[in-house]
Amino acid sequence: MDLSYGPEYEAFRQEVRKFLAEHAELARGGGMGMGMGPPSDRAREWQQLLIERGYAARTIPREYGGYGGEPDLLKRVILDEEFARAGASPGVRGQGPDMLVPTLLEHGTEEQKRTWIGPTIRGEVVWCQGYSEPGSGSDLASLQTRAREEGADFLIDGQKIWTSSAHFADMMFCLVRTEPDAPKHAGISYVLIPMDTSGIEVSPLRTMTGGAEFNQVFLSGVRVPQANVVGRRGEGWKIANTTLKHERNMLGSSGQLEASLQRLVRLMERETEDGVRAIDNPIYRDRLLQLQARVLAARYHSMRLLTCNLRGDSAGVAGLVVKLTGCELSHQIAALALDVMGELGSLYRGSRHLRDGGAWQFQHMFSLGLIIGGGTAQIQKNIISERGLGMPREPKPKTELG
Amino acid sequence: MDFGLSEEQRLLAQTLGRYLEVSISPARVREIAASDEGHDAVTWRGAAELGMAGILVPEEYGGIGLGMLDAVVAAEAFGYHCAPVPFLSASMASVALAHGGSEEQKRVWLPRIARGDAGLGVAVGGHVSRREGAGIRARRRRLHGKALFAIDSTAAAGFLVATDDARVALVSRDAPGLSIEPLHTIDATRRFSELQLESVPVDGWLEGHEGLVDLLIDAGRVVLAADMLGASQRAFDLAVAYAGERKQFDRVIGSFQAVKHLCAEMAAELEPARSLLWYAAHAFDAVPEEASLVAAHAKAHLSEVGRFVVRTATEVHGGIGFTEECDAQLFFKRVGVARSLLGTPEQVRERAGVIQGWVAA
Ligand SMILES: Cc1cc2nc3c(=O)[nH]c(=O)nc-3n(C[C@H](O)[C@H](O)[C@H](O)COP(=O)(O)OP(=O)(O)OC[C@H]3O[C@@H](n4cnc5c(N)ncnc54)[C@H](O)[C@@H]3O)c2cc1C
Repeated sequence: MDLSYGPEYEAFRQEVRKFLAEHAELARGGGMGMGMGPPSDRAREWQQLLIERGYAARTIPREYGGYGGEPDLLKRVILDEEFARAGASPGVRGQGPDMLVPTLLEHGTEEQKRTWIGPTIRGEVVWCQGYSEPGSGSDLASLQTRAREEGADFLIDGQKIWTSSAHFADMMFCLVRTEPDAPKHAGISYVLIPMDTSGIEVSPLRTMTGGAEFNQVFLSGVRVPQANVVGRRGEGWKIANTTLKHERNMLGSSGQLEASLQRLVRLMERETEDGVRAIDNPIYRDRLLQLQARVLAARYHSMRLLTCNLRGDSAGVAGLVVKLTGCELSHQIAALALDVMGELGSLYRGSRHLRDGGAWQFQHMFSLGLIIGGGTAQIQKNIISERGLGMPREPKPKTELG
Repeated sequence: MDFGLSEEQRLLAQTLGRYLEVSISPARVREIAASDEGHDAVTWRGAAELGMAGILVPEEYGGIGLGMLDAVVAAEAFGYHCAPVPFLSASMASVALAHGGSEEQKRVWLPRIARGDAGLGVAVGGHVSRREGAGIRARRRRLHGKALFAIDSTAAAGFLVATDDARVALVSRDAPGLSIEPLHTIDATRRFSELQLESVPVDGWLEGHEGLVDLLIDAGRVVLAADMLGASQRAFDLAVAYAGERKQFDRVIGSFQAVKHLCAEMAAELEPARSLLWYAAHAFDAVPEEASLVAAHAKAHLSEVGRFVVRTATEVHGGIGFTEECDAQLFFKRVGVARSLLGTPEQVRERAGVIQGWVAA
């Protein structure tokens, strides 16, 4: 363990703090939630500043538009802490920067990296993830969307569902079946599809939050060059799993949890009932402290996993638990926030009694969506027990002869 | 910049683990637990030869002078093997003496601790919670009152006793006016006593450090959290192994999703808790301004995680899990006692609230 904190890091913290103070207004306006809308001009301006400083896209090579820094655990931690403290937006996040970009870095061609990484991290190109289909959710590898070869192109037909951000995305990374006769995991390819290609129709689905963060996407005769396949044709399952790994890490990210806990503390210091602040109520306080222990655990756990990564060690089962624990924790933080507000917690919009613009009700619902999305909690437990603990897989039912 | 165990620490865990595997089998744990003293002198001596008894004792006093993270690695191994050895009191006493002891006190006690000879029991619980009229008053150089749950009391040659005004006194076991009555908890691998003190002469005060009682308690909490992690990890490993052997409905029960998911839930609780514990240990030595807060959080959180894991691991075993014969119950009990020692989770969290200024005056 070496968390020694030389003057270099103290200077870095001061630099970050000063930067956030100087740009306080932009820092607050620069946020974006998944599925909520494309990054605004201000958000992109903010992101640009963050990349120049190395506060975003820090370890992405310069030739692809990143900052090109060495991975530095302590700087990562300082950034998370200072951004949470200032309530500052961490910049443009989501399926493009957090999932596709690391996938391309690992498996993309030079051409794909040069074309897509820069615009994606700058928030100029927004991505959506075309994995799930009506008949293929948890059993993703059973997907039916077909890609037929035609010359140098693929022609794609099928339907995707629950596609977050598809209504404003520029591009989709999409799983399609290219070898219909191969076993189900071996017949899939991972393709990049411009959303303005003819034959794509997007139809938003209203969600429980009142918004429409995800969509149905219908594909008929969608023509895509075969050069848009990432990895090799038929190896899409492997590539998809790289993306899923990054999705699990993104969804379980501890930086968001810390920011959320700090907002909860501020709420509890403000909110009063019969003149008593919520934080002075021992029952609520004890719940807060239980959550704080979990957020701290998540934080040090992510430092441990980063260290494993830098050392080239396998984290084993420890690396597989973050999505399950992180999403649940986010939901529980929101649940406590609602509880401390009592009846006022049920207000959602358009009232002068509303707190934090209804953000807690939103988080309470949206985090439940994230417990389901990206592989449900049950699927996470399958992954932890089977891949992490080496427990036997479910026996396959004998296929009925018909 | 690095967050994790060093190569030496991994080696330490391995070496101690291998030693305990041989020295203290579950059968031997049961044998010691049935004895009056409940103390495995042989294993403790062997552990001392590996440096473990004096892990926090400075080298100049015969120890190996390592840090709290090393102690945590060792404590996890002791918990994993349910070892009936006084590692908790040895660590607490080492911290207390090293920080607050006079030169003479250090010379007398630290080498003894490091050798694995009879050391010091620790009676500081009254500082956390008072029940049954417990409390220690000091008048001139004599102590009056009583202390419940003096830690590792049966094999101790003396005691560190915290007084109501938060000072720490050294008292020898055979001091006149001291009566020691064993308290029989569910976990016979750790021994506690009630101390009654009627005008007991003080051998000496540990005066060299302000806030020594709190420091001692923080150290105890971190070590106990590690012990609970080890004990829970063992119960969990037993459950996963059993699930891979036991067959019902012509399948190993580990292929049933209901069982797999219990195991996944245990893993998901244990791993982040381990990371929190590592940080608490690191902070104890290196980040004084956070040390008490994270020690409290680590203790409370491992108590909760531990309770969940040991009960779930027992369930995975089915009927055999409920028997004396099944090793899981040893760990169930080890965690059961550690949970409330030096503060229940609620009490310890309240302390975390106080530290952060969250408790109204
Ligand atoms: C907010 C949100 C955003 C999303 N965004 C996207 C996106 O951008 N792109 C995309 O492709 N998809 C997206 N999804 C879809 C998401 O990945 C799927 O909903 C999810 O994988 C579950 O699939 P399903 O909905 O078909 O449920 P099902 O698979 O039908 O699951 C229903 C229930 O059965 C359980 N279950 C299923 N199989 C098993 C099993 N083997 N063992 C135990 N339990 C099982 C599940 O845990 C669940 O409780 C999103 C979903 C949500 C909620």
